[in-house]
This record gives sequence, structure tokens and C-alpha cells, in this order.
Amino acid sequence: MKRHLISAADLSRADALLILDTAEELAQLADRPIKKLPTLRGRTVVNLFYEDSTRTRISFEAAAKRLSADVINFSAKGSSVAKGESLKDTALTLEAMGADAVVIRHGASGAAHRLAGWVRGSVLNAGDGTHEHPTQALLDAFTIRRRLKGPQARGAGLDGLRVTIVGDVLHSRVARSNVLLLSTLGAEVTLAAPPTLLPLAVGSWPCAVSYELDSELPKSDVVMMLRVQQERMNAAYFPSVREYSRRYGLDAERMARLPGHAIVMHPGPMNRGVEIAAEVADSVRSTIVEQVANGVTTRMAVLYLLLGGTEFPATGEA
Amino acid sequence: MCAASSPVAGRDGLAVLDAEEIRRSLTRIAHEILERTHGGDEVILLGIPTRGVPLARRLAARIGEFEGLDVPCGSLDVTMHRDDLRLHPARALGRTDLPPGGVDGKTVVLVDDVLYSGRTVRAALDALNDLGRPRAVQLAVLVDRGHRELPIRADYVGKNLPTSQREVVHVLLTEVDGQDSVTISDEGR
Amino acid sequence: MTDHDSWLIKGVTIPGGEGPTSLLLGGGSITDIGPNAEHPDARTLDADGLIALPGLVDLHTHLREPGREDAETVQTGTAAAALGGFTAVHAMANTDPVADTAGVVEQVWRLGRAAGHCDVQPVGAVTIGLGGTRLAELGTMADSAARVRVFSDDGRCVADPLLMRRALEYVKAFDGVIAQHAQDPRLTEGAQLNEGEMSARLGLAGWPAVAEEGIIARDCLLAAHVGSALHVCHVSTAGSAEILRWAKSKGWPVTAEVTPHHLLLTDELAAGYDPVFKVNPPLRTGEDVAELRRALADGTIDCVATDHAPHPVEAKETEWSEAAFGMTGLETALRVVQRAMVDTGLLDWAGVADRMSVRPARIGRLAGQGVPLAPGAPANLTLYDPAAPAEAVTPAGASKSRNTPFAGLELPGRVVATFLRGVPTVLDGKLT
Repeated sequence: MKRHLISAADLSRADALLILDTAEELAQLADRPIKKLPTLRGRTVVNLFYEDSTRTRISFEAAAKRLSADVINFSAKGSSVAKGESLKDTALTLEAMGADAVVIRHGASGAAHRLAGWVRGSVLNAGDGTHEHPTQALLDAFTIRRRLKGPQARGAGLDGLRVTIVGDVLHSRVARSNVLLLSTLGAEVTLAAPPTLLPLAVGSWPCAVSYELDSELPKSDVVMMLRVQQERMNAAYFPSVREYSRRYGLDAERMARLPGHAIVMHPGPMNRGVEIAAEVADSVRSTIVEQVANGVTTRMAVLYLLLGGTEFPATGEA
Repeated sequence: MCAASSPVAGRDGLAVLDAEEIRRSLTRIAHEILERTHGGDEVILLGIPTRGVPLARRLAARIGEFEGLDVPCGSLDVTMHRDDLRLHPARALGRTDLPPGGVDGKTVVLVDDVLYSGRTVRAALDALNDLGRPRAVQLAVLVDRGHRELPIRADYVGKNLPTSQREVVHVLLTEVDGQDSVTISDEGR
Repeated sequence: MTDHDSWLIKGVTIPGGEGPTSLLLGGGSITDIGPNAEHPDARTLDADGLIALPGLVDLHTHLREPGREDAETVQTGTAAAALGGFTAVHAMANTDPVADTAGVVEQVWRLGRAAGHCDVQPVGAVTIGLGGTRLAELGTMADSAARVRVFSDDGRCVADPLLMRRALEYVKAFDGVIAQHAQDPRLTEGAQLNEGEMSARLGLAGWPAVAEEGIIARDCLLAAHVGSALHVCHVSTAGSAEILRWAKSKGWPVTAEVTPHHLLLTDELAAGYDPVFKVNPPLRTGEDVAELRRALADGTIDCVATDHAPHPVEAKETEWSEAAFGMTGLETALRVVQRAMVDTGLLDWAGVADRMSVRPARIGRLAGQGVPLAPGAPANLTLYDPAAPAEAVTPAGASKSRNTPFAGLELPGRVVATFLRGVPTVLDGKLT
């Protein structure tokens, strides 16, 4: 594996399977009396969160602590960052503190790339602008594999599974990472959205495109709903929330048209009633709750694989 | 403890144990386990991946043949507890599969193919510690090649094999490698 | 060094001429050209292997003074210009305060004369404060000591079609020209990078080509309608070149410029999110680069203009979306043009002289600049070595700023000397 995890494109199929299989092993930890392993003892993981995201930050924190790493939380509000300290100066401070890994969530696409040029440790992208969120894609892939191939699916990819991702792809880092990772793992991906919410160049991505959700439902093993922000309506991406829901919302009636085994996913947080109906979110097909638990496990696997062995040489591959 | 007849030069080096000798060693160890644990009372066998696992299963099968006793059998991966993690790139994990009864109050017999520095076993003891509190822990190995770096010893040994640190011991098992043999060769294989 | 120093430049080749010759400079003019040109008191410059071009004229430079002297001053910017072979630059109006009054343009003009490295021709803003709503005092600026003829809100687009029409009409009175920065503001709100595969992959808001092309088409039609001169700044797309070709085929009074970086670089360079490649208009695709080169070669695009845009380090050493737009370019311009146009066989050196000196001076209505080298012409010239071994560009130079996108790139050629009215501003590649 490379020194940083910034984009899902950084992972080969072998890398991705290694992460999923490692996560499979680590998942057992949740059932043990002592939910801790000594593997990253003495390592320091810094959570550098410029955007408010309690859920993701806690997930990374739990993952690091279960591996006995020391965790330092650095949130942008009320810190020197709020007073205008540049990303570069913050990076230099973290270097001085001896961070072995920096988990960064930032509002600007490319922030993780820039940070990687300024720190010697590993950089884990926890979401940069509208670019990527690779650990989300990993936990999504892990969830899909467990649900559809069983807990003993070690070494298996997602070959032949059909995944439909629905919603604001244009502004979604989750969509970008998922398209890349799912196709690396052999799944067939289709994006369903109104044309205004798809990048013009989507034709060059490793996936199919549909402007219609209904035609995709009977063929989907997985439906992944993306959050749609109401503000997009003001920029004329769609005329109204009502029309969006009517055409692209997953309600109970649409859910009934899915194949029996199909699952429904959502990276959270949800807009109940907009992209997903309450009864769908709470149904037995929904993986929304287990995605959270799987998030900790997958992030443990990533942290172990990045930090658990030799330190990458400072001049090595970034 | 049987000594091998005069060593036969194999493809990779000297043969130490052939398939027949391995079978006899395991039979003997199975009997010894039964002797020293009051007939296998509350015993579970945990193999250390990779080759400790099929060895543990074979021992469990033998014990089942001799006594009609169903000894719970599983595996214990020790990668996360190793003390030499920082010396290699992060390794893939082996499987940890605990039998349903867990380890609390049990006599755990750890099973591995080769006992050398003792660090793997020490990692296994650390891993076991996080899983529960066994009544006792014992160790069964197919080959003890000496050169201990920690105060660790085996309770059951298939063959004591004096080696130099330059030499490499190769254990092959049918379940993993398609054949049963133990050979020894010079470093740089 | 007085105006009466004579110089004899020996063994130089004038593109379009016949083989190595000598140039005699005296009293601010070229006094003789020929293999036997001679003067007893002349200082000699051995120009064996060099070519002589009329002094380069940049129609589009940001000298940042007044207001952003941390990035550049008239002194440092014109020094960089001289090192790049320029004898005249047009200083854009987006300073602080904006150059929308006679007072500011005269200040910039005086600073240029005091520095002495090259002529500085101030550009006046089209609208007050670049606000796009009210015309600035174009006539007063034209009548001032700075004698402004080129007006531009560069940095911003004159988006209101009515205002653009009025501006075009108004400057007819004093033979002025409106230079438009073509960027529809509504289509480019928050835009960061050319809209295409790269922007989709990198998650950066796209800047569609149509935001430039739509404005150009509109302005060409307006210029034709009112019969006034339009100049289009930094053309960056194949579509824009096509529209210009169409407008010129109609005989409309439209001219256009392209930057060196748009002749060489594409949006793929943004892959590492390094904001040194962030520029307005953005770097586009390989197809666009190819079409822009063709258009410059056939004259659809009239000239190369650097759009030299210096920025302090902190404005570029940050996240892409926070970084300033702009690249420096004065010192590397001729070398980039050699690589993109001459070494590819698209343009010869006579063509370079036309696109980088003659035409820009004509568009800028600059007397005494862009005059082909002949006896009696002003002695504004550049001596260049096209055979100098290719060397990697370093960010360090005369400019105060280091934001060059060519850092580390090997470029051919070397500016050896620059003469401003017979006085050398650069000798042996160094400021005098």
C-alpha cells in the first residue's frame, strides 16, 4: 500500500481486498471483553477536522484508540485556524508534534493532497471538498460484501454485483470514491440522477449513467442514496424538492420493486423525506446503522495497514 | 522421543522427519496431552496460523479417535501482538477462530509447527490475555529448534532439532503445501 | 551611458533578411544595417549566432503598483520585462486604487519612466473601480500625459452588454480600443478549473469554455455594429479561436491575444492541486492548445501577451480554492513561444517578430515601438540566442514573485541583450 490514502484510485484490487479481509478479522473485536489491540501503541494519530463532522471524527478516534494509538483532536473552530492560520502552518505544527498519521477533513478539494506535501507521516483523507472520501467507500464495500456474500467472504471482491448510486453526484465526494472503488472490486456501477447533478465528463468514468431511477431498481443488488442539499434548489439544479423526491426519492413503493435480496445504503446524514423515506431508512434492507459500526472496523484496518509496520521512508512513494 | 534414522538428503536439504515420522509424533503428542490433562478435561486446542492450525486439527482428530472425546479446536492469530511489527511492512492477518466455549477457565494448548525464539508464543500469550483467563496454557510444537530468546518452553515436542542460526527449518503439511515433511537447509533458500 | 553612445552589433541575423549582418545604433535609432556597417567610436557587441527582433511589446502585464507592491512594483516588473526582451509593456488597470483616473495612470507612467527598464504604457479601466456599472473618464485618461489608448477592466468582464456597447462607441473619438476580459460572471461563479474530465475527477467547480466564447461572440457583433475596435484578452479555447476567425472573415475590427502558458500547458497539470497552475482563464485541454497555436500561426490571433500576474507566496501556497489566479510570464515568454511555435515549425522568427512586437504595438497604438528593423527605425531591439542549450526554468528572477508554472521545465533559448532607444537595458542576459 502507498503511504497515504487520499483517493480510492490509490488502491489496487489487491490493496482493497487486503483492507476488507483485515477488517473482517478486526470485526471480531467488537465481541471481545477487551476491545483493544496493542498494535499502534506509541503512535500518534491527529484528527484535523476543518468541517464539523462528529460522526466521522468519532469513528476515526475509536478506530485509532482500539489499536492503542494516541489520538489528538484538532478541530478548526475556536483554534488558531479560525484565526486565519494557513493549512501549511497547521501542518508544520503537527509535524513538530510528531504526528504519525493525520486524518484530515476539509472543505476544499485537494486539501489532503497539499497536506501530504507538508508532513512526513501518513495522510488519511476523511473527505476533501467535493473530491473524495475513500474510507467511506471502503466501509460501503465492506458492508456490501458482508451482507451479500456473507461474513466468510474473505478474498472475494464484489464481482458481478450491480450497484446504483442515486443523487447529487456532481457535489458528492462519496460518489466519486465509490465509483472508483466499486469498479476496482469488480462491481457494475450505475449513477442515477438528473442531468444537472452529473458532471459533464461523467462519460469517462467507469460506470453507466441513467436519468431515471425506476428503470434501475429491478436490476440493482445495492441502491446507495446520496444526500441532496436543499440549497441546490436555489442554484437551479432542480426546480423543487417535491419534484426531486418524486423522480429520484426512494420511497416504500420503489423499495418494493427491488429484488428480494437487495440492500439500501446511505452515507448519512439523511434528509428523511427528500431522498429517502422514513420507512425505507428503518427497513430491514437498510444498512445505515451497520455502516456506522463497519466504519470503525474498516478504519482500524486502514490505520493498521498504514501505520502497523515499518515507517515509510521519508522520500518514498507518496 | 524418537530419533530419525540417518538423514536422507532431500531436494531442499536434509530430511528431518518424513510423513510417517510426523504421523507418529502427532500420535505420541496426542497421548501425552491426554495424560497430562486428566484425559483432556476442559482442553481446547488453538493453532497458530499458518501451519499450527492444521496440526491442531490433526491432534483434535487423534484425540477423538483414541478417547471418543470432542476436543474444541480453533485458531489464534498473533500478528497484532508481535513485538517485531515495526521491522516489516504491515502483514495480512491470519484467522482467529475461537471455539464457542471461549477460553475462560479452560486449559488452552497452543499448537505451532516450529518453536524458535519464543516470540511468537509470547505474542500468543499476550493475545490470549485479551481474550479471557484460561486456567492454564500449554504449548505443543512439531519441532523445537532451540535458540530461545525468552524464557519460554514447550510442554509437548515432536522432535528436538539442534540447529545453527544460519539454518532454516522447512515444515510442509498436506493441508497447506500438498505434502508432509520437515527438512533443514542452509540460509538463502 | 548617454543617448549618443553608438553600438555596433556584429554578425547578427535579422529574420526575413539575408544571413548574418551588422546593425549600427546611434542617437536612439538604427543608423545603418549591412555587413560593412562601421563606426569608429561604436562599442561592439559580438552577436554571432544571435537573431535580432524588434523590441518585444507586451499588451497585457500586471505591475501591481500602486497597491500590491508585495507582489511586484513597476521597478521589478519592468526589470523582468527587459530580461524577457520587452521594450514596452501595457500595465493593466486592476491596481489599488484602480487606474480609472488621469491621476493614477500618470503615476504609473512616471514610475515607468523613472525605472527606465522599458516603456510603460498604462491601460485605463473601462468602468469606475472595475465595477462594471459606470464608465470611467476614458477621455481624460486619453488626454493625460499617459496618453491612454487601451482600456480594459481585465480581471473582470464588462458583462453588461449595454455598457460594453457604450464603451466601444465612446473610444472611437480618440482612436481607443476596448480590451475585453471575456468571462461571463454567471456561468463562472466559484469556478476553479476548466470544466472537463479533470474538474470532474478532482472535484473542482468547472469553468466552461462557453463562458468565454459567448462573450467574445457578443462583443464581436457589437464592435461590428458600432464600427469600433475590440481587442480580446487571453483567448484560451478552440471555440474562441473559431469565433475570431469568423469575425475577421467579415472584416470586423477585432484583434486578439494569447498567453504563452495557453500555448503550452493543459489542465492535466492540476492533478496535484498545486495552485501555481491556477489561472484566469484556466488552462484548457490539448485540443485547445493545438487550435490556439494554429490560430496564432495563421494570424487569427494577432499576438502573444503574457498576462504576467505576480502573487506573493502565501497567495499560492494554500488550498486550490483559496489560491489567487495568475502566473508570471515576462521572463519566460520568448522561450515558451520558441518551444511552442518555432521549434514545432508553426511560426518562423519573422512571424514571432510580427506577433510579439509589430502587431501588439499597432493594437496598442504605440508610436516608436514594434517598428521593423531598418535604417531610421527607433533602436528598440532584442538579441536572442535560439540555439542556447535548453535549461530548466528556476522560479528566481527579477520579478518579486515566484509563481511561474514553468519551474523545472526545460526551455530552449536565451535573451542575450535588449536595447531601448539605443541604450542597452540588458547585456549578456543581465540587467545593465
